[in-house]
Amino acid sequence: MSEKPRKFKGGVHPNDSKALSALKPIQDAPLLESYKVIMHQNIGAPPELVVKKGDEVKKGDLLAKASGFVSVPLHAPTSGTIKMIDKCPGPTGISIPSIEITADGEDEWGDTFEVIRDWKNTGSEQLKQRVWDAGIVGMGGAGFPAHVKLSPPEGKTVDTLIINGAECEPYLTADHRLMLEQGEDVVQGTAILARALGLKSAVIGIEENKPDAIAALQEIAANYGVEVQPLPVNYPQGAERQLIYAITGREVPIGKLPMDVHCVVQNVATAVAVADAVVKGRPSIERVTTVTGKSVVEPGNWRFRLGTPVSKALELVGGVSEQPAKLLLGGPMMGIAQSSLDVTVMKNTSGILLIAKDEASLYTSEPCIRCGRCVECCPMNILPATISQAVENKRFDWAEDLNVLACIECGSCSYVCPSHRPLNQHFKRAKIEIQAQLRKKK
Amino acid sequence: MSETDSKPIIQMPDPAKLVVSNSPHIRSGENISKIMFIVVGAMLPACIAAVLFFGLAAIKVLLFCVVSCVLIEEGWNKLVKRRPTWKDGSAILTGILLGMNLNAGAPWWICILGGFLAIILGKQLYGGLGSNPFNPVLVARVGLLIGFPELMTTWDKPALGIMKIDVLTTATPLGLAPGETFVKDVLLGNTGGCLGETSAIALVAGGIILLAFKLIKWQVPVAFLGSVFVITGIAHVISPETVHSPFIHVCTGGLLLGAFFMATDMVTSPMTRKGALIFGLGCGVITSVIRLWGTYPEGVSFAILFMNALTPLIDRVSISKPFGYTVLEKGGAV
Amino acid sequence: MSIALIAIISVGVLGGFLGVIIGIVAKVFAVEVDERIEGVNDLLPGANCGGCGFAGCTDFAKGMVAESATPDQCPVCSSEDVKNIADYLGIVAEEKEKKVAVVRCVGDAKNTVRSLYNGVRDCRSAVLVASGAKGCDYGCLGFGSCADACPFGAIEIRDALAVVHPDLCVGCENCVAACPKDLIIMAPASADVHVYCNSPEKGAAKRKVCKTACIACRKCVKASGEEDHMLVDGFLIRTNYENPPAAELVEASACPTTALRQASKQAAGAYEGVSE
Repeated sequence: MSEKPRKFKGGVHPNDSKALSALKPIQDAPLLESYKVIMHQNIGAPPELVVKKGDEVKKGDLLAKASGFVSVPLHAPTSGTIKMIDKCPGPTGISIPSIEITADGEDEWGDTFEVIRDWKNTGSEQLKQRVWDAGIVGMGGAGFPAHVKLSPPEGKTVDTLIINGAECEPYLTADHRLMLEQGEDVVQGTAILARALGLKSAVIGIEENKPDAIAALQEIAANYGVEVQPLPVNYPQGAERQLIYAITGREVPIGKLPMDVHCVVQNVATAVAVADAVVKGRPSIERVTTVTGKSVVEPGNWRFRLGTPVSKALELVGGVSEQPAKLLLGGPMMGIAQSSLDVTVMKNTSGILLIAKDEASLYTSEPCIRCGRCVECCPMNILPATISQAVENKRFDWAEDLNVLACIECGSCSYVCPSHRPLNQHFKRAKIEIQAQLRKKK
Repeated sequence: MSETDSKPIIQMPDPAKLVVSNSPHIRSGENISKIMFIVVGAMLPACIAAVLFFGLAAIKVLLFCVVSCVLIEEGWNKLVKRRPTWKDGSAILTGILLGMNLNAGAPWWICILGGFLAIILGKQLYGGLGSNPFNPVLVARVGLLIGFPELMTTWDKPALGIMKIDVLTTATPLGLAPGETFVKDVLLGNTGGCLGETSAIALVAGGIILLAFKLIKWQVPVAFLGSVFVITGIAHVISPETVHSPFIHVCTGGLLLGAFFMATDMVTSPMTRKGALIFGLGCGVITSVIRLWGTYPEGVSFAILFMNALTPLIDRVSISKPFGYTVLEKGGAV
Repeated sequence: MSIALIAIISVGVLGGFLGVIIGIVAKVFAVEVDERIEGVNDLLPGANCGGCGFAGCTDFAKGMVAESATPDQCPVCSSEDVKNIADYLGIVAEEKEKKVAVVRCVGDAKNTVRSLYNGVRDCRSAVLVASGAKGCDYGCLGFGSCADACPFGAIEIRDALAVVHPDLCVGCENCVAACPKDLIIMAPASADVHVYCNSPEKGAAKRKVCKTACIACRKCVKASGEEDHMLVDGFLIRTNYENPPAAELVEASACPTTALRQASKQAAGAYEGVSE
């Protein structure tokens, strides 16, 4: 794997704006008076509640248990009392059930997991179980339960573990800081994940715009049999399919998963959470999040507990200097716009981002002038312009023929479109309509 | 600062003023009018050359065309109750390109009629910018050519100097017998033809500007010019007495204007690189065929219009396989 | 002169010859068509709305002649039309009740909290972004996906709210599937009083985002007295369409949020909502 990384076709080069927070060390957010932990933080089934109003909990105690294989448990971010179990604004705009905890200020750990120091001689099943018990999900953004990716189904083998440190989203620097400051944890977590998969080695892919992180990790990685692979800077380098192609040269077939080409991809933040769970015996109750944006007074990287409201996070960074156009959870290319400051930090919140008015993308649906820029930059090599016209005419069958299902919603096409067409939204719609049709047929 | 001010007031964003939209939330800063005005900028060298060789008459024609195109577009928008669109620059660009396709001695009513043909017949009747299957300027040019063949095929003889008084008319170099044209004249633009057909150097400079800003796909002009060069070259070798040298063919008669500015029109040419190559080759072959065997000395307009009609088909056949598609086929499973 | 004559004669002969061939082919290859299909088709409205479940009126006519469909399946036909078709086919038509669509939301731009949405102006696309950017998760988005789906122009978008005109609605149900919030139900045309809210949230949560939400105060339930015209469903009151109330109930119950409305008056724009 020491060969040069392959370049995927297309991609865009937005102004990365990472300088705002790249040099800011990770700070621990002070304890708040209360936290609102959103129940459903993972892809798959929501966990089952095991506490009720008025219960006393310690830090790290179970709040909800996994309700199936594709589901993860949820733990208390601090010690205190369950104040309320009610609906609170979720990241998708719909109010969803959440658990409000009033902190008692002690921040006292409950009975957490047994520490596994000798993970190098621990069975993979036990490590997998620990990852599941700790409630770890993909922390890069998707929130897919990590233990599911460690359990290849019958007949599928895994030969490569890739740890995603590309962080190709502009503005975000949380993963970058993690690799710099907690390199040991990153690499150790990587090695544990590799062991859980029965592999001897793993690759950490990092975009070349973070030379300090590459250097830092390379030094540590050698001790654990982990490789560090510098990657060319190109958005979306951190997308699963593009990352696998860059490192292994394999193309994940449309509609298939990385496991179908014998790969597993996990985020660096996930690796750190895994190291915490195994070596320190701690469940996933906090994460590093970048709070940034041109209008933010003091952008920085913060370690927030789950359930920290965005309003509190913004107070920590000194508020804003002017009214921003958008508030996002995640990066500017794939993040989700919010209309409330009451949404809370979740396991997959990699960034809290305020987009200023002058850089915000506002869609107008001007006519397509067929310039072909979207076709050039599409990393999946489909025809965004043509598909968007099919969707506008509600011809979802046509969109399906044009392989809209291959779209990874990276947003490159909408980013370059001179007509500011809402291409990405059209594809999202088309994918949902087509999948509904397919389900109906079944 | 007094004690009471020690806790600074933190300004928070007003949630009611936050916009929600789908990702991505930033954009590249490109927009339609920027693209259009860069193309207008790329036309400037050729415009200056035209003014140098044809004098005030050229300015008059260009001005008439631009003004009539913009006014007609806005009139139409009023009529069908659409919001004004002149700011996107497409009507201005259409006007300039139309002027470049006319004779310096073209009367004012030709400009207005051309503007009408281009904007209404060529663009708005199909639904406006982005929906027209044919290049509006070429629709106008061919419309005028068929309606007023004499006006459209006699050209003012160019002469260096702004204040040109005497008007001599001449034929396009392609209409002359081989050997009558001088290479230097062709390069600089001292030959007969419409405003945009004179100076090869100015047109190539414009083309380089477009390529530098990545506004056109290099496949179109290269395939277009290349195929004309090769085909006319072969014909020239076979029959040097009746056929101009391929160099003259490439540099005259609106081919450069067509290859850099008309065939590359985004709306009416294929979106993919592969499609652009097919499109350029098709334009080149048809142009050569018309020039060598047709009755018109000039075939660029017809060639591009014909390929415009084929663009949807070219787009369809030039779809490349998506990332991850070939593997799917080899794997067998769906 | 002779050339003209030759031309006339040759074209005439050719025309006659081809005419004979077409005539023979038409006779030999004629397809047997039940003429009743034509007859029934003439009696149908011809709107091709698809409300009957067939691909257009002719298909429906074929179905009826083949006895795989009954005339009352047509949502557009009046009971008189249905009877005419039944008489024509010599069958007995069942009495059917006409249904009209009801959009169970009156949270228009003035009365409901909305965030600034930017994107595709279509409900089914808008719902993908922050759930449509309306304060209420269950409310009408007002981008008119239902109005686009209506072949009879019975749905109007007024103040970012879909309003049904019951007199124009024929009950084809095309709008029901178009709504991403499942707001539209088919109610008997005889019932004029509806609760225009579909949010199962608690009253206080609803009031925070919408002034015209049903807060389940039960004034209308009390006003209907012993009769169970109105049914309580969690934090929501619904009209009992088995036993619909009379129009007077709206006045009598004095709904504090004006969520209880008459469909006909709502269509006419007679309600203002709640003023501060």
